[in-house]
Amino acid sequence: MLIPCPWCGDREDIEFKYGGSAQVAYPADPASVDDETWGRFVFFRPNPKGKMAERWVHTAGCRRWFSLVRDTVTHEVTPS
Amino acid sequence: MAEPHPHPDRLWRNPEPKRVYDVVIVGGGGHGLATAYYLARNHGITNVAVLERGWLAGGNMARNTTVIRSNYLWDESAAIYEHSLKLWESLSQELDYDILFSQRGVLNLVHSVGDRRESMRRVNANRLNGIDAEWLTPEEVKAFCPIVNLSPEVRYPIIGGTLQRRGGIAKHDYVAWAFARKADEMGVDLIQNCEVTGFDLEGDRVRGVHTNRGLIAANKVALCAAGHSTVLADMIGLDLPIQSYPLQALVSELLEPVLDCVVMSNAVHVYVSQAPKGELVMGAGMDAYNSYAQRGSPHVIEYQLAAACELFPIFSRAHVLRTWAGIVDVSPDASPILGLTPIENLFINCGWGTGGFKATPGAGWVYAHTIAHGEPHPLNVPFGLERFTTGALIDEHGAAAVAH
Repeated sequence: MLIPCPWCGDREDIEFKYGGSAQVAYPADPASVDDETWGRFVFFRPNPKGKMAERWVHTAGCRRWFSLVRDTVTHEVTPS
Repeated sequence: MAEPHPHPDRLWRNPEPKRVYDVVIVGGGGHGLATAYYLARNHGITNVAVLERGWLAGGNMARNTTVIRSNYLWDESAAIYEHSLKLWESLSQELDYDILFSQRGVLNLVHSVGDRRESMRRVNANRLNGIDAEWLTPEEVKAFCPIVNLSPEVRYPIIGGTLQRRGGIAKHDYVAWAFARKADEMGVDLIQNCEVTGFDLEGDRVRGVHTNRGLIAANKVALCAAGHSTVLADMIGLDLPIQSYPLQALVSELLEPVLDCVVMSNAVHVYVSQAPKGELVMGAGMDAYNSYAQRGSPHVIEYQLAAACELFPIFSRAHVLRTWAGIVDVSPDASPILGLTPIENLFINCGWGTGGFKATPGAGWVYAHTIAHGEPHPLNVPFGLERFTTGALIDEHGAAAVAH
């Protein structure tokens, strides 16, 4: 699978580490959230069958984080 | 039971779905079939349908590496996996089908001081839970598995091992067919090519499922869909802390008997056994990214074969015949989610991740109890969804033996 690094171009996926979903927002006021909300932030992530917005880091290259949209069925990548 | 079971033409009916059932189980893999069997056997509930999108046991049940063991660290896991192992020990007789269950021993190799501490701790934890576990010196490892390479010249020399002699393998297809046949005999409808496309909800209560073969009403709906659990849960607005990843496996060509136990190595990362037919069956870590593609990255295969050849130089001339991947449902603590949901009459069994096969009878047993009584069996009380609010996780990443 080729991952398009925005700075280095297409590289093989072994050069990258996966960061999972790009749709995880840190609670705006972490001191005030209850256990359930906190648990959701820590443990629950989107797991779509189809297009998924996700984070990758080019660990063996420029070491920069970026987001992309990848289809979890075809592995087709579209930069975002 | 010396001879493998003959293959009759038909092991189960192929019925049209009825309009109403007491229980609809979504997912016709090992766990779904075992759940249906134990619903009928233990609870007398036979007005049951198992809905399968494809063909019975064609997902992870057809793709796993069939390792069976119960040497998990924590009391909660030890209890549920040991319950399952005890069921395996009489399952051929119970189902009247030789499932080729072979307690040939599961050997976990140890390559580092950290490994050794974790392994010895787990041996002691297992023994306190009444589970057979042994620490082996390198010489004892060699005596138990003579083809293993004890050389100190390799990158990660073997410095010991742990052994569960009651662990082993079984023939996955036979297991599924045996459960399916018995469930069918007791009146369970096994409905293939029946994909769930939505749920019939009334308020917070589920009343049935929409399928490509029409609406099927049910008093209770039990999800049992492994890697596709969140796809189903998304349809009904149920959030699950599950991520789906590919887990690859491979087989060699058929070889003469060369390996008579299961060998696993967490650190070098390969696990291998030799199937009754003769092929070496190998697996390793999951691929790193979410996927439903039932295929994985070549480098995972490359690394596991490098590990296999270092541990077993005799394998270096074997050939890879086939590789494939299954989609595993991984939970944050590498432990299953088995119990009730916030939606009335909807039950969930998922999160077995990389190790669900060994749990097939045990999971079916406790899931059937949960469905029949509307409350968890004592063994699956700790495995409810609520632990992701309370924080009472059951962290089994060490015992899971597959890199997450």
